[in-house]
Amino acid sequence: MNISGMIKVGMGDLKVCKTPGVLTTLGLGSCVGVALYDPVSKVSGLLHCMLPDSTQFKNVTNVAKYADSGLIELISQMEKLGANKTRMVAKIAGGAQMFASKSHNDTLKVGERNVMAVKMKLSEMQIRIIAEDTGLNFGRTVEFYSETGKYKIKAVGKPEKII
Amino acid sequence: MSKINLEELSDMQFDLLKEIGNIGAGNATTALAKMLQMKMDMSVPKVALLPFKDISQLIGSEDQIVVGILLGMEGEITGMMMFLFDTKSAHHLVNKLMMQEDSVDNNSTDFTEMEMSAISEIGNIVSGSYLTALGTLTNLNVYATVPSMTVDMIGALMSVPASEFGKYGDKLLLIQSQFGESEFVTGYFMLIPELESYEKILAALGM
Repeated sequence: MNISGMIKVGMGDLKVCKTPGVLTTLGLGSCVGVALYDPVSKVSGLLHCMLPDSTQFKNVTNVAKYADSGLIELISQMEKLGANKTRMVAKIAGGAQMFASKSHNDTLKVGERNVMAVKMKLSEMQIRIIAEDTGLNFGRTVEFYSETGKYKIKAVGKPEKII
Repeated sequence: MSKINLEELSDMQFDLLKEIGNIGAGNATTALAKMLQMKMDMSVPKVALLPFKDISQLIGSEDQIVVGILLGMEGEITGMMMFLFDTKSAHHLVNKLMMQEDSVDNNSTDFTEMEMSAISEIGNIVSGSYLTALGTLTNLNVYATVPSMTVDMIGALMSVPASEFGKYGDKLLLIQSQFGESEFVTGYFMLIPELESYEKILAALGM
């Protein structure tokens, strides 16, 4: 926890909390910040994943780096805190394309692929996405409030948004 | 598959990479100083292997707003190169280049089209001299792709090289140099070669 009482989630990282915890991640670029929330127990989790698919890699040492393995881990940690998977809903943000693509390098499109991977995995696990703010070309700082289920999104030079 | 393991680089390999940062950034700083006709100093480069979540902290907080210029490296050495300036420095550099007076609001994150293009041009020149030095030193062919520029939070900008490197491991190796003119300009060069390119660079230098 930092001074403002928020639980910080780093790049390629995930954290869970009970109410009234607030989860935050700063400067999401091509990464996706997936907030999962059980409205009854108010147990919340935030994943900051960087890459779409862990099955393409042999040595997965950090599951939170990938959308698919990260979501499985996030749900299991939330269940340990008393969340029920069938009640969970998701709010997602991020997956921007930070630099205009001028080459064939598909790294630059990783944001888009991250968002797609998150959506696929969530639908496979039958978790509904109730709000999203993804894509475009700017970074986002997000805060998830477990008490209200609100997801606050801040971006440079733009008004704050709550989804 | 590449043989090199970034977790197990020897001190000597680290030193060699540092030297590359030194020479490359030295050349780039000189080019920039000449173009702007100002005196510039450069710090001793840092080579660091950092977990992703700590990368942005090397420079500041993840939500600090900076100007980032990203270029791809192509040829025998491939990877990415990134320059970061704080917004104040970017304004100052552009004003010097365009012979404008510094305005009061140098922390503003707004840049005109003209200013953006001037910053990209600075990126072009600086990266060109960095890569020329790298190419000469290693005798390898390397050139930069067209730069693209963004003003945003450090964390968001760093996610681009981080996701590229995320394919190889949980850490990112950065060759980073800081340069500046008194307190006005602070910038960072980052050289982020792909794993195979590290091997080539080190081999070319006799390691």
